[in-house]
Amino acid sequence: MTTTPEAIGSSWTRVEGEDKLRGRARYTADIPVEGMAHGALVTATITRGRITGIDTAETLASPGVIGVVDHRNAPRLNPEAGSPFFGPDGQFLLLQNDEIEHGGWPVALVVAETPEQARAGAERLRVSCVEQPHDIGFSAGHPLLRPALSSFGPDADKGDLDAELAQSVVTVDERYFTPPESACAMEPHAATVWLEDGKIRAFDTNQAPFGTAQMLSVLFDRPLTDVRVEAEQLGGGFGGKTGVGPQLILATMAAMVFDRPIRVALTREEVFLTTSARAATEQRVRLGADPGGRLRAIGHEAAFELSVKAEYIENCVEVAKVLYAADAIRTRINVVPLHILPPNSLRAPGTAPGSFALESAMDELAERLQVDPLDLRRRNEPEVGPVSGHPFTSRNFLLCVEEGARTFGWAGRDHRPRRRREGHLLIGTGMAGTSFLTTAFPSSATITAEPDGTFTVAIAAMDIGTGARTALTAISADVLHVDRSKIRLKIGDSALGPAWGAGGSLGTTSWSWAISSAAGELLALLESKPPLPVSVTSDTTNEIFSLPPRERHAYSAIFAEVAVDPATGEVRVRRLVGRFAVGRVVNPLMVRSQLVGGMIMGLSMALHEQVVRDEVTGRQVNADFAGYHFAANADVPFIDADVVEDHEPDNPLGLKGPGEIGTVAVAAAVANAVWHATGKRQRRLPITLDRVIED
Amino acid sequence: MTDATRSQISLQVNGNTHRLTVDHRRSLLDALREDTENTGPKKGCDFGQCGACTVLLDGKRVVSCLTLAVAADGAQVTTVEGLASDDELRPVQEAFLRLDGFQCGFCTPGQLCSAVGALAEHRAGWPSAVTADVSPEHRCELDADEVRERMSGNLCRCGAYPSIVRAVLDAAGREEVKR
Repeated sequence: MTTTPEAIGSSWTRVEGEDKLRGRARYTADIPVEGMAHGALVTATITRGRITGIDTAETLASPGVIGVVDHRNAPRLNPEAGSPFFGPDGQFLLLQNDEIEHGGWPVALVVAETPEQARAGAERLRVSCVEQPHDIGFSAGHPLLRPALSSFGPDADKGDLDAELAQSVVTVDERYFTPPESACAMEPHAATVWLEDGKIRAFDTNQAPFGTAQMLSVLFDRPLTDVRVEAEQLGGGFGGKTGVGPQLILATMAAMVFDRPIRVALTREEVFLTTSARAATEQRVRLGADPGGRLRAIGHEAAFELSVKAEYIENCVEVAKVLYAADAIRTRINVVPLHILPPNSLRAPGTAPGSFALESAMDELAERLQVDPLDLRRRNEPEVGPVSGHPFTSRNFLLCVEEGARTFGWAGRDHRPRRRREGHLLIGTGMAGTSFLTTAFPSSATITAEPDGTFTVAIAAMDIGTGARTALTAISADVLHVDRSKIRLKIGDSALGPAWGAGGSLGTTSWSWAISSAAGELLALLESKPPLPVSVTSDTTNEIFSLPPRERHAYSAIFAEVAVDPATGEVRVRRLVGRFAVGRVVNPLMVRSQLVGGMIMGLSMALHEQVVRDEVTGRQVNADFAGYHFAANADVPFIDADVVEDHEPDNPLGLKGPGEIGTVAVAAAVANAVWHATGKRQRRLPITLDRVIED
Repeated sequence: MTDATRSQISLQVNGNTHRLTVDHRRSLLDALREDTENTGPKKGCDFGQCGACTVLLDGKRVVSCLTLAVAADGAQVTTVEGLASDDELRPVQEAFLRLDGFQCGFCTPGQLCSAVGALAEHRAGWPSAVTADVSPEHRCELDADEVRERMSGNLCRCGAYPSIVRAVLDAAGREEVKR
């Protein structure tokens, strides 16, 4: 056995870094395909109704236009196509009939020789509709409220919530509201599709090349071997590029209809209107405690908006089942189907809005108990899973809390609100924490020992900006016991075999497991000195499905200091400290970047972000970056994010995922700090000027 | 080739002359990406709101999506591809790499061109919205708040802002020497 080079743990810069800095890295819309034509979308200007006619005459007469695809000539799609978690997805079924069920629904694709000609042709398409009444008004009191799917586990029903609340000396019973939000990856969705010997070939912006190819094959009723989806670089995802995007479906249709390579690059407005958003939520949290701060009851009932087209689960109640011990824990999760863009994952789905509610309520409880919010956490640390009863694999929540508090300088804080002033500004501090589920999903990897002493490592992973290329190169070097210069990594191609995507903070945990398994088998095989090249493919399905039931989570504690101008209502986050238990760290430089970036998205969620829909027209009115503001450079202070010593025993390399946890708990920490500064609770996001301003 | 909808223009891109016949509707961004094969500048919004398409036009930073190609006739354009020599990164690029001033990299071409432009504006004595003393004789110090303000036209959804600020400050002195 040769020595292990310990590439894991080294702060190498990104392997593709110089390509990105020189403008050489190729994103989907940068890659030309010979003979390519361009498609431009036509989207519904009504929110609900039927198409009564499409007049293509002016469009077809427009210079450069090749043709139009609409519901009258589009290839038929398989209505069973969907996600393994949520079932058939009506959002995939583009151009199949004359129905419109949300504003911005694509009704046609105009194909032309150049992007300008396609856009001009699209503007000349005359679509006639009859309107029907729509309903976009979300509230937990809506008559259509019903339980969500239970694919992510049953509701918690531990103990007798009502009895424990009745016996609690101090209680909280409040409602919290979060708006729809958009992922806003900087790279708009784009796809280029062509047919090669009757097979579908695509460059596409997605977070999971294999999963996307699989869904596309079902959707177009083709064998999986007839579909290949690739990407070299992905300009961010944040959940907004999961599944099969409209760009890929429409480009595939047009490639079939016109038998030409087609590029469909969504405009920024179309990304807002046609891809996905985080669902709005309304959450009721009830807490009951003894005078000493021991929790007797946690009730977390969440409702979120759904579209009429597809199921989804915004699992807001996950953290309430894990973070604190209590005699009674009850969770419920309900949906209201509406005529809106189908909600889907956005960085830290469920936990980001869910922790805002739970951790705001915990701060309100600390206020009513007149205890340090830290002490409230210390007094309610569970021994085992509070609902499941299963043991924790590694639980370092309080370590995050203590280290974060020390770095932030929490000790000596006057817990009463509205006590600190600097000139006309009100100053406040707040904290919040979270758990974040970690596991791995089945994946396969192929490693080839080459005659020149190098190793080719192939896995259908995607680097969405997280540093997956760099991390998997380091991991491959370590598990093969070679220098990383000997590793050639191939990712971003569905043809490399089944693999989980970049999502759920589970990319690297899942992919590295498969690479580790394949490396073990290959090294054993190489003992017998076989002729080279020689390859081994390993699949982790059996290992992962045989994991025992245990509580596996990452943890965080977030500390925020804000300055509030009581005259204007302006909130500035002045300091942000995060401490994280995210398992063993593959690359400290990049993990810190991911955590800081996640915290900035949380800051942005707290103060800036909301999709605004017009009740009358049903349409999003802020579908651009001027109207939908997310944090810009001047909104963001220097941020202190670091990890605590942590190791996940149920992962071969000790890994958990750092991808999303940075975002969680920031909104509550900021809201709690705003209360501490002003004395006014913020139970509705974002914390805009009008919600803060004082008369 | 020139007609009511198209004109011939000349663009100097990263030192190379391109004679192009362009649709009058074509933005400088699309001309660079589609007609000169410089796909470094990115189309993040096509509305001048994100800054991913930022290039240097006759030395000044512009959002190339809001610049018509025909209006740039005869101009010298520097894109991200033209910031460095073949063998060595420019100081600001080196600082971005070392300090991890990017993740997905999609906004990075614009961030880099914007940083080079912003540093030149600062050297030329231009104040920003956060400069306290804007009198002509005062030379404002480039600090983190100045960089944050001057770089706020370039959105980054990965949230690399703190590293971008550090990288721009880190490279500021060396970029000056390079001029």
